[in-house]
Amino acid sequence: MGKPNDLVQGTLDLLILKTISLEPKHGWAIAKRIQQISNEVLQVQQGSLYPALHRLEQQGWIRAKWGETGTGRQAKFYGLTAAGRAQLKREKESWNRLSSAISLVIEAG
Amino acid sequence: MRWFEQFRMAVLMLFRRNNETARLNDELQFHLEQQIAENRSKGMGMDEARSAALRTFGNPTSLRDQARSTWSWNWLEICLRDIRYGARTLARSPGFAIIAILVMALGIGATTSLFTIARAVLLKPLPFREPNKLVMVYEHFRTAIGGDGFNVVSPHDFRDWREQTHGFEDMAAWRNYGFNLTGEHEELPEVVQAAGGSWNLFSVLGVQPVLGRAFTSGEDHPGANHVVLLSWSLFQRRFNGNASILGNSIRLDTNSYTVVGVLPRWFTYPDPRVQLWVPYAQTFTIDEYAAHDQHQSHVVARLRTGVSAAVATKEVSALQYQLYQANASKPVAEDAVFRPMIDDLVQDVKTPLIVLLCAVGCMLLIACLNVSNLLVARSAARRKEVAVRGALGGSRLTLIREQMTESILICAVGGVLGLVISVLVTGWFANHWQGLPRANTIGVDGSVLAFSIGLVFLTALLAGLLPAVSATGSGVLAALQESSRSIGGSASRAVLRKILLAVEVALTVTLLISAGLLFKSFLHLRTSDLGCVTDHVLTIKYGLPEKQYDTREKVAAFHESLLRQLRSLPGVRAAALVSTPPGGGYDGDDVFTIPERPSDKFNLQYDAIYRTADPEYFSALQIPLISGRFFTDQERLTRDHYVIVSKQLASQFFSGDSPLGKHLKVAWGSKPEDFEIIGVVGDTLYDVTQPSKAMMYFPILSGIPSQTSGATIVLRASGDPLALSLPVQKQVAALDPALPVYEVFTMHQILGNSTANQSFSATLVLAFAGLSLLLAAIGLYGVLSYLVAQRVTEIGIRIALGAQKSEVLRLILLDGLRPVVIGSLIGLAGGAIAGALMRSILYGTSPLDPLVFSIMIGSLFLTAVAACTLPALRAARIEPMQALRTE
Repeated sequence: MGKPNDLVQGTLDLLILKTISLEPKHGWAIAKRIQQISNEVLQVQQGSLYPALHRLEQQGWIRAKWGETGTGRQAKFYGLTAAGRAQLKREKESWNRLSSAISLVIEAG
Repeated sequence: MRWFEQFRMAVLMLFRRNNETARLNDELQFHLEQQIAENRSKGMGMDEARSAALRTFGNPTSLRDQARSTWSWNWLEICLRDIRYGARTLARSPGFAIIAILVMALGIGATTSLFTIARAVLLKPLPFREPNKLVMVYEHFRTAIGGDGFNVVSPHDFRDWREQTHGFEDMAAWRNYGFNLTGEHEELPEVVQAAGGSWNLFSVLGVQPVLGRAFTSGEDHPGANHVVLLSWSLFQRRFNGNASILGNSIRLDTNSYTVVGVLPRWFTYPDPRVQLWVPYAQTFTIDEYAAHDQHQSHVVARLRTGVSAAVATKEVSALQYQLYQANASKPVAEDAVFRPMIDDLVQDVKTPLIVLLCAVGCMLLIACLNVSNLLVARSAARRKEVAVRGALGGSRLTLIREQMTESILICAVGGVLGLVISVLVTGWFANHWQGLPRANTIGVDGSVLAFSIGLVFLTALLAGLLPAVSATGSGVLAALQESSRSIGGSASRAVLRKILLAVEVALTVTLLISAGLLFKSFLHLRTSDLGCVTDHVLTIKYGLPEKQYDTREKVAAFHESLLRQLRSLPGVRAAALVSTPPGGGYDGDDVFTIPERPSDKFNLQYDAIYRTADPEYFSALQIPLISGRFFTDQERLTRDHYVIVSKQLASQFFSGDSPLGKHLKVAWGSKPEDFEIIGVVGDTLYDVTQPSKAMMYFPILSGIPSQTSGATIVLRASGDPLALSLPVQKQVAALDPALPVYEVFTMHQILGNSTANQSFSATLVLAFAGLSLLLAAIGLYGVLSYLVAQRVTEIGIRIALGAQKSEVLRLILLDGLRPVVIGSLIGLAGGAIAGALMRSILYGTSPLDPLVFSIMIGSLFLTAVAACTLPALRAARIEPMQALRTE
């Protein structure tokens, strides 16, 4: 649908939750961070990033706060809520289960 | 904690939406700035960096929309937007909006009102304990002709049923009764409608008196201590709600009765007019209480858990057959039958209510079709707009939703208005329906509200879906290509509108025919011949208490002296006495045998209504003498073994032979005796809504206390009959100041009362039909105007090529009348079906009455032609040059 085939459906949530699990970040930083860590493999488009952030916020996994960036500009920083932390754990487990299962299948003779 | 977070977001999104929107914009702006900064750090110039950033960023509006679409309350936002669009479109054509809203308001209001009444009367459970366990048990005569097969019960049958069968948990009985009510100290007398209830009636129903107690089994015997239970309304009205009346006594028919209790306000069974209750057995003499052949009681039975009504009644029925065999020469029924108590209570109003409900339903449907039709016209005008939006990627669902919003708005506003109308008129409805059972339970409540909300959505769907679907349908390309000059117009849209119109016309015709049938039947009732003179006739009832007027002489003396006084009053052309005047009700019947034509066994069909009359009754009411003579002053006191029979009795039971000099053997007094037939008179109807029945008249001057102490004065006046009512009451009071009179009516009022409900329902259905006709005319006019507007160019060309005005006129008229003809044909069939379903409430009118059918079709066509003529004339007057130039 016009989006690069960057992310498996549903994994964006996991990536976002993981990325902000250490400290709250704003949207731009989240996208950049995912890009960097994945060695430029994963490109998060704004068209998916912001709807995903807002959806996670509506669901109560993450919470937005206004804060100052390094340049002194006001920006919206997203941080994990307690529920979001638990959700990250669940999503991580389910992702591990899934990816190892897939590996098993494709590695099998 | 997560729910708290979610709740916080929901509240935030609902109340600080604008704020959140600003934040979102800022957030996206920040992202863009970061991108620009990054580009610049890669060495791009300011402008280049900016345009590159915008390129990667994509369409900011759609990005914003995508983010917003994840917000909660998004549906609400869309909804509000649709409503705003809908309201704006409606406001652009306020005339259409107002008409449509009013039409829907009227339809929804009337339907809600009738639903409220029908629910309260037909559906709400009775206000008794476990009401679905209550049934009414009746006797059933196998040979009975006419009637509904549910015959009232005799007191001894009831007592045997109760004592000897065990299928029901308990059985109770009640009967209608009447008293002259006075106080202990010569207070104003009045006649009250009363009832006798067996001691267990109130416990069987599960009703507790609000004050005092119910009857005890010891009181339920003929000759036991007189006790009385007051209805709440009598307690308030006559005793000011003063509880000190408990334990004191009141006088009923001059006997002293001790007040033992007051019934709750809501208790209006079997009839709100019942003012007081006395023990069942106390309304009988010892002989009557032991009778199997005197039928007057209603039996209420409560089902035993686990035993069906059919099984329990079967046991009663078996016992009844034994009673029948033991009393073979008397009118004792063979079987017992039952019906649920609620059916018993509402049987008379069920059909009229359902007819009215169907009629308003029809009207509502027509209103929906009309709004639908108007919407189709409007959507046709917006066809291009819709096509353009479709082509630009507006999803069909969105477009349909938008169009539906319009009809939902119309119906919702109409529904609110309609609910207001309904609240206002429901009470009026219920009050104008005479004798509507359970009228006190009628009221707007949750389920009525739910019903009207449901109605709003249903009507919105009906009115809006068809135009919306058809307007957004395929053919986007065709719509875009279609030039406004295209000669054909949009033919498919016209076909849709014509189909809608045909359905509308069909429904209208069905309604018109139903209304016509009801109205004709009502007119038939109003003009039906009672068999006597009805102009300038006044009737007044009185009843002599049997305690004071305890001999034949006393009763006859009162009647005679009253008659003498009345005849001397100025303005009285004739005065007479009868037990019940024509049209005044059934009163009672008796079986008889004819000694001259011995039939081997008792025959139930030898049965006639009885009346008592004085010698001048027949001439006073101009009831014709067919043969023999009237009573004279000689047939009085114990010389009373004479009877006058009606023409129907003579022809039915003497088949051509002269009945004069023959005898009827009737148990008129206490045992069967021979009465010589001295005259045959014309038939009179006991009820205008019923066929006539054989009648026999006994001399009222016999003065037999129980049989002749109740009488109706009939007066023929030279002027206004009601002006005589006060002088007459004074004459009665002069003879006995403690004697009240009641039911002071002219003959026309009696007729009016017994046809009031027919008049009510006929008028209502006629009003609904009239409104539907108006709606159909509006629809027809709208469709045709639209078609003419579509075909202006075509008609212009025709006229330019030499078509005559009359031809154009005919062309348009025929075009408009085609759906009318098709609709009428369907409607005729519908009318015939409706007539057949209403057969039971049509009097003297065939369900296929040709007069009604032709008048109604005629009026429809006249209206249709009128509605079509205006647009057709407009078409004929088209100037060809102007028509061809307009684009």
